[in-house]
Amino acid sequence: MFSLYARRRLINTISLTISVLAMAFGLFWLGWILVTLLIQGLPALSTTIFTQTTPPPGSQGGLSNAIWGSLMMTFMATIIGTPIGILAGTYLAEFGQRGWLSPVTRFINDILLSAPSIVIGLFIYAVYVIKVGHFSGWGGTFALSIIVIPVVIRTTENMLRLIPNSLREAAAALGAPQWKVITFVTLRAARAGILTGILLAIARISGETAPLLFTALNNQFFSYNMNQPMANLPVVIFQFAMSPYDDWRSLAWAGALIITFSVLTLNIVARVMFRQKANTH
Amino acid sequence: MSTQLRDSQLKRQNLLDILFRNLTRFCAFGVLALLLSIIASLVVSSSLAMHEFGFGFLTSADWNPVTDKFGALVPIAGTLATSIIALLIAIPVSFGIAIFLTELSPQWMRRPLGVAIELLAGIPSIIYGMWGLFVFVPIFADHIEPWINDNLGQLPVISPLFSGPNLGISVLAAGIILAIMIIPFIASVMRDVFDVVPTLLKESAYGLGATTWEVMYQVVLPYTKIGVVGGIMLGLGRALGETMAITFVIGNAHQLSASLLKPGNSISSALANEFTEAVGDLYTSALVELGLILFFITFVVLSLARFMLYRLAQREGHGA
Repeated sequence: MFSLYARRRLINTISLTISVLAMAFGLFWLGWILVTLLIQGLPALSTTIFTQTTPPPGSQGGLSNAIWGSLMMTFMATIIGTPIGILAGTYLAEFGQRGWLSPVTRFINDILLSAPSIVIGLFIYAVYVIKVGHFSGWGGTFALSIIVIPVVIRTTENMLRLIPNSLREAAAALGAPQWKVITFVTLRAARAGILTGILLAIARISGETAPLLFTALNNQFFSYNMNQPMANLPVVIFQFAMSPYDDWRSLAWAGALIITFSVLTLNIVARVMFRQKANTH
Repeated sequence: MSTQLRDSQLKRQNLLDILFRNLTRFCAFGVLALLLSIIASLVVSSSLAMHEFGFGFLTSADWNPVTDKFGALVPIAGTLATSIIALLIAIPVSFGIAIFLTELSPQWMRRPLGVAIELLAGIPSIIYGMWGLFVFVPIFADHIEPWINDNLGQLPVISPLFSGPNLGISVLAAGIILAIMIIPFIASVMRDVFDVVPTLLKESAYGLGATTWEVMYQVVLPYTKIGVVGGIMLGLGRALGETMAITFVIGNAHQLSASLLKPGNSISSALANEFTEAVGDLYTSALVELGLILFFITFVVLSLARFMLYRLAQREGHGA
């Protein structure tokens, strides 16, 4: 009897030790990656990064055109993707109790949420880039907005479902028409959660590389023109990191540092914001 | 007068209601249309290659842009091999992390540690790729691969898998990087579902004298199997479609080999590397067909996960 007990204790100790090791394993990679980024990226970081454009190999330069292009495409993609996502999410949560459309849409949205982003790049290439005949900032924007939409739909629906029905009933009892109930009461009550979703979507697209390869491509020069190929941080990092030139590689590390820390900051801000909202209720 | 006013206002509000409802319905329908048009555009753009190679495309290991002979076997094998390696590593590690976060960790550490693991998921994949190429691969080539060659490479059955050159850049390295990427996805789903297990259930098991491990393995895991499978499938979906992390370290070699230590190729990295440089309609079309295959595989995996979850959820519902 004692031996069985000892055996169970032993199994328990071993598996719990392994669990602690697994946790350490996960944190180890996070730490290693962040430390590498700091060691390689910080020395390369200087004010010229933000003021000069990407250089030809062998000369000094910065990443200003890439940073600007990334900001612009991320911004436009959010502007395009968010309203569509919120409206579709609203349909799923508020109108979609009956009929075939909402279960099918929900199912497809879950698939698009994890769909390979490179395929989305191929899609935009086929339906937009080929038609206009050249790579462009708009192509990149459209590809990114397709990634934004499912994320926003998912969070909007989830957040609206958390709103108690009594709130809707109270508004309806005061005589408010349904569109007012939804826009002024339920969507407003859910806005912190929805904003969190939008922030997470922005964090997701600001690091996306694959869909931009065939759409926005790259541009050596500073450009405001969304109808031209547009420089963006991820593709510049990809090209510079794969290159044999040392100064290009160090620029790539600087870009990697900038991107990672902005994405991580966005993630943390989103979490803190949602937590505050959760606390007030 | 006043009733007239109310009537007209009622009418207007009714109209707005209908407008609003149909606007949201239109957007929801847009998602459906989006999926259909993605599939349609991929099919149309790859029709040339489909016509030329037929089903032989799936079984041929040729990939020669000069002679216009294309086959998808190498990239498909690479995608599947890297994803399977990633899952084999990520599932046990994620389970361990989830146990730690739900049962072992002191209360004050739970949140920061959970956020840290989720941040691992937030790091863009290109960073994993860069880090993999410049930091992980050299270490892998100098220290890990020789060891694998000397030990696993000598074992009877699995030796073909684990013997090869010590280049660092290889299918195995890509699989390991991929595992690090998907651990946070699987771990955070597992933690979330472990958290919903009723405390009563766990306390009953502890009260009967079960150890922590027995509670996790025989009570919590069976209770949450739906969510656990869902999390694993989600991770698999990520792994299959992941591009940048793999492109840096897999080596982009169109060669079929049993050895995991040799460079290979995956569907996504073939696309990332060759698509913008592809010359000729047939080459482009073959690449798009690769994309279609990738989309099809992930679609099937994710749909299976969904259907499985629905069925399991129903069964749980009846059981309760």
